[in-house]
Amino acid sequence: MRSSRWLHVPLWVTYAFLYVPIIVLVVMSFNSGRSAYSYEGFSFKWYAELAEDELVRDGLINTLIVATSSTVLATVLGTMLAVGLARYTRSKTLDAIALMPAVLPDLVLAIGLLVFYGVIQLTLGLYSVVLAHALFSMAFVAAVVRTRLVNADTSLEEASRDLGAGPVATFMRITLPQLAPGILAGALLAFTLSLDEFVIAFFTIGNSDQTLPIVIYSMIRFGVTPKINALAAILLLVSFTAVIAGQRMTKIGEARAQD
Amino acid sequence: MSPSRGRRLGAFVFLSPGLTYLVVLLLVPLGLVLSYTLFQRGRFGGVVHEFTGENFERLFDPLYLDVVLGSLRIAGITTLIALALGYPTAYLIARLPRKWKTFALVAIVLPFWTNFIIRVYAWIILLNGPGLLNSGLKAIGLGPYELLYNESAIVLGLLYSYLPLMVLPLYAAIERLDPQLREASANLGASGFTTFRKVTLPLTVPGVLTGCLFVFVPSFGNFVIPEMLGGGKSVMVGNLIRSQFLQARDWPFGATLALALIAVLVVLLIAQSWAARRA
Amino acid sequence: MSRTRFTRRLPALVAVAGLALAVSACGGESPNSSASAPAATADQLNPNADLTKQSVDVTVWPGYTPKELPERVKAKLKFPLKISLHDTNEIAMTKLTASGDSKIDVAFVSGQYAQALNEQGLLEPIHPELIPNLANLYPEATQLGYDKGNKYSVPYTWGTTGICYRKDLVKAVPTSWNDLLSPPAWADKKVTMMTTERWLALPAIKALGYSVNTDKDEEIAKVKEKLLAQKPHLLTYDDVTFGDRLKSGEAVMVEAWDGWCPTTDEKQNIGFAVPKEGSDLWTDTMVIMKSSKNKEAAHAFINYVLDPEIHRWAAENINYKVPNKAAMDQVKIAEGSLLGIKPATLLDGEAIIDLGQGSLKYTRLAEEIKAKSGA
Repeated sequence: MRSSRWLHVPLWVTYAFLYVPIIVLVVMSFNSGRSAYSYEGFSFKWYAELAEDELVRDGLINTLIVATSSTVLATVLGTMLAVGLARYTRSKTLDAIALMPAVLPDLVLAIGLLVFYGVIQLTLGLYSVVLAHALFSMAFVAAVVRTRLVNADTSLEEASRDLGAGPVATFMRITLPQLAPGILAGALLAFTLSLDEFVIAFFTIGNSDQTLPIVIYSMIRFGVTPKINALAAILLLVSFTAVIAGQRMTKIGEARAQD
Repeated sequence: MSPSRGRRLGAFVFLSPGLTYLVVLLLVPLGLVLSYTLFQRGRFGGVVHEFTGENFERLFDPLYLDVVLGSLRIAGITTLIALALGYPTAYLIARLPRKWKTFALVAIVLPFWTNFIIRVYAWIILLNGPGLLNSGLKAIGLGPYELLYNESAIVLGLLYSYLPLMVLPLYAAIERLDPQLREASANLGASGFTTFRKVTLPLTVPGVLTGCLFVFVPSFGNFVIPEMLGGGKSVMVGNLIRSQFLQARDWPFGATLALALIAVLVVLLIAQSWAARRA
Repeated sequence: MSRTRFTRRLPALVAVAGLALAVSACGGESPNSSASAPAATADQLNPNADLTKQSVDVTVWPGYTPKELPERVKAKLKFPLKISLHDTNEIAMTKLTASGDSKIDVAFVSGQYAQALNEQGLLEPIHPELIPNLANLYPEATQLGYDKGNKYSVPYTWGTTGICYRKDLVKAVPTSWNDLLSPPAWADKKVTMMTTERWLALPAIKALGYSVNTDKDEEIAKVKEKLLAQKPHLLTYDDVTFGDRLKSGEAVMVEAWDGWCPTTDEKQNIGFAVPKEGSDLWTDTMVIMKSSKNKEAAHAFINYVLDPEIHRWAAENINYKVPNKAAMDQVKIAEGSLLGIKPATLLDGEAIIDLGQGSLKYTRLAEEIKAKSGA
């Protein structure tokens, strides 16, 4: 094709749009000046300041606590829900309700929970965020596990039941091992979603402990410094590495499956 | 154990924990929000249990109606630009050689997996008055312009945050197309553009609709981006809801706005599934 | 088919809706039903309580207390101090009222909000015997309108509101609130206003010659009109970082509390003016929450803040006047600093008090101004 070189222009526009802001962000994190806007010279000083920032450190710890706990809760509940929905009922209503937390805008979930916690006079804290995150994560886990269930071979389960095994025994010995990759994928998704979640946490976290996204948000509100850029650069590095590693792993997994 | 008893036991064991969780933390809270739309605010927040229609009256006050319409406009513009940019991108990725395809796709999604707040922050750095874009413009003798704190900045922020959600479903739809269809069309003498218009485009309409929905929904209900990039001036319906709950402490009116938000999205979902069925 | 589905679904829906209503009816009102109850009876506090077993959670504006305060409290008073931040009074109010137990022991809020919290029955009366340093306060600071006699609040800083501007970037020094409300061409889109309800309204109220405590509908309507006309000429609304915006040149004139106007910045190019139409007298206070389980430590904390050594930090570092005579006597007042304003002059400003139900008019006003589209 003659014009193929020009054809790719939209592609480059998109990638430039997506990556220029990120590159700028990272470059400015090495600024030696106080301003996040004008570059004065190279320095690691904002990284050093970041390392000493207790708010950021506590935020990171809190985020990990919330993400881990909500993932465990969501994985257990979501897997059971997926099995229940796929094997034991045909109700479309239940299907829809189970998917609702994933579909509803986060703001709606957030105010619903805020109102609910207020009415039962719950003291807000990390655990109220854990409950909230598990709510939408459960929907994602259930959805991921279900796609796996639909493709799974049911004859083994039937055989197990015919041999007199109860639903729980059948689940533990037959279904669960078959589902393991789906459950793992769902759990990973839940964990990543919780790590980054801002809106719901913002409404339901209360006053004492804050998660990292909330810490970042207040840092930006209370004045923009290259310290935020340094934090951003580190987070970018972590998530890029994780995504690329995940990509590699699935590739290797696929290659093995094809062998 | 009879099979039907086993089924019922199974249904109970597997469904009850998750469903209980959903009832307590989803349906009851949503029911509460719904019921609040009919009550009056308490002076210090919370509600006074006296019925009133005032919240709905206020919703149709031109002042607030403007905000809802403005949010529709902002989300709509964002969606259209995302489509205009996303479609060619998805189309070109789908036609890349195999070994580049995955790489190109990962590169689209990659920014999406980093912290949302940080992605928005990047635009503050770029657009701010003394920021980089203005410094660049100054170097070539232009500006400075006030780039931040207006509607365009909000659209830009939303577009940046949700563009991957447009590209992915489009890519899936285009990728699934049978290349033979295009070849057949070309063999019958159709130009590249005619083939695109008559074959590719109609067959990818479901992908277009999904992509538009994926971009529109989070844009419409957003409050972080309009707050950070809009300077609290161009309030969107999400800001308004947030501020009713966290600042004005007018929960009943906030609940009414949230109901309006859900109503708009339900209408859109219905329209989308209707259009997808027709396509 | 469709009927069986419907009949099965309907009861479930009704049950959920009923449950929601039932839950909302039992719990929802508790904090609000006692609107008229003033300060509840004082708890018996133990002056000899073991403070090392307590800990104090504080919510305060960013940068409003010394950074190393937690360490100093730990060293001196032997209990941990935890700071959380709020950027406006409204957000503080939400924090303190949204859920069962806010877990906050001491909150920094402005006087009229302290008054509102007290009306709600949320504040612990101050036990003066546990705060001997109250004696350090100026006599004027014990007779402020929102809480005469400091029964449930202790003043931390006080001051007035005016226009903070860049001397090198304004073509004329602002003298009137109207300079901010209808900015001249050189300041177009380079002015900011505060959004906290009463201070959002203040410039327009004063420009129109009303009282800062007006709750007359027709006056508030005029104020709204004026503020809406100003909106297209604003850079943004900002309660927190307006000082930074001035320093960076992003803004040239901003509505500001005197202390947060960086007049002593090293470049010395920032000025502050109280417009000729007059302004307010605001007070930021410390209050102890009734729900606090660490009331003795909370009192000890407030007493420690009133220590001249600590209290003068606010005057020396964030340029806020503190109502603490002992502390102010130790402060060296720099040239051009606003710290020199005497308490008597401050009292010329009109004190902001809570207006009961009338306060809601300002909440509504602020919401409507912010919601009005078209920048």
